[in-house]
Amino acid sequence: MSKEWPLWEVFIRSQHGLAHKHVGSLHASDAGMAVNNARDVYTRRNEGVSIWVVRATDIVASSPGDKDALFEPSNSKVYRHPTFFPMPEEVKNL
Amino acid sequence: MDNKIAYLLRQGDNALILSQRLSELCGKGPALEEDMALTNVALDLLGQTRMWYSYAAELEGAGRDEDKLAYHRDAHDFKNCLLVEQKNGNYADTMMRQFYFDTWHYFFIGALTKCGDERIREIAEKSLKEVTYHLRRSGDLIVRMGDGTPVSHAKTQAAADQLWMYTGEFFKYDAVDEAMVAAGVAPASEPLRAQWLAHVSDIFGEATLTMPSPDAWMQKGGKQGVHSEHLGYLLAEMQFLQRAYPGSEW
Repeated sequence: MSKEWPLWEVFIRSQHGLAHKHVGSLHASDAGMAVNNARDVYTRRNEGVSIWVVRATDIVASSPGDKDALFEPSNSKVYRHPTFFPMPEEVKNL
Repeated sequence: MDNKIAYLLRQGDNALILSQRLSELCGKGPALEEDMALTNVALDLLGQTRMWYSYAAELEGAGRDEDKLAYHRDAHDFKNCLLVEQKNGNYADTMMRQFYFDTWHYFFIGALTKCGDERIREIAEKSLKEVTYHLRRSGDLIVRMGDGTPVSHAKTQAAADQLWMYTGEFFKYDAVDEAMVAAGVAPASEPLRAQWLAHVSDIFGEATLTMPSPDAWMQKGGKQGVHSEHLGYLLAEMQFLQRAYPGSEW
């Protein structure tokens, strides 16, 4: 068994942020300690944040080999990209 | 007024000496994350030191500033409690010292947020957020280490027993403390002690540690400037540059 604490990925939403952003990773023995450590390592200078931590092993990543199949945006099919519509002023953050 | 200045200096001295001890661990923590946490706490305490010293220096009006108070006083002028000057030892020793101190500090600063002196109340309000976090962290680690492996349990219990005799000083009031209680500034000793014992007992229960007897013999002297042998060495290191080049600007 490894003596190293498991790796956690840290996501933080800043005070006026809309979404949690991945900010980095850290080692901790469990979730509670990971939140504490994230507070010390990543949030020291801005108050009012929300922290998510998740075990690195619980994250499934896409394979770089699948890049074409997954992300080819069909640029030739213009009807798939609905960019022609005027947006009302009131709709923010779209 | 003299009593108030003395009282403010004591609070500053406690924070400064503990901050210096924690700073010694920079780069030596058991994990990167612990290292950052220790230095964060050290910085919090140093910030608090500056607030206490500034206010004391202002009342004193003798031309001493924070730097003079920190760097131009000798061991017998420092009135910090003996607990904070104890050596870092192993990580259980460091965290137990922190836990004993944080528990007192939390209830003490909490009480000061309701005290009669506006400036002290402001300092307390600024510090309370930090102190709340310190206590949450050190209590959490005591539980982890006490309720960890047999080795970590033994080390944590040893630290608890060894540092216990320095905890009585928080509640051993002298003339300065009593004057501050009478002035509506300081919290009374007994309720504070009851809160301290209750919290330590809760955490020790969770950590499967045995709490030493509240009636045990307690060491004292820090508030009177009578220190353990450790403080002189700590100050020699901390004050070296200002003593070699007194009054230099930095």
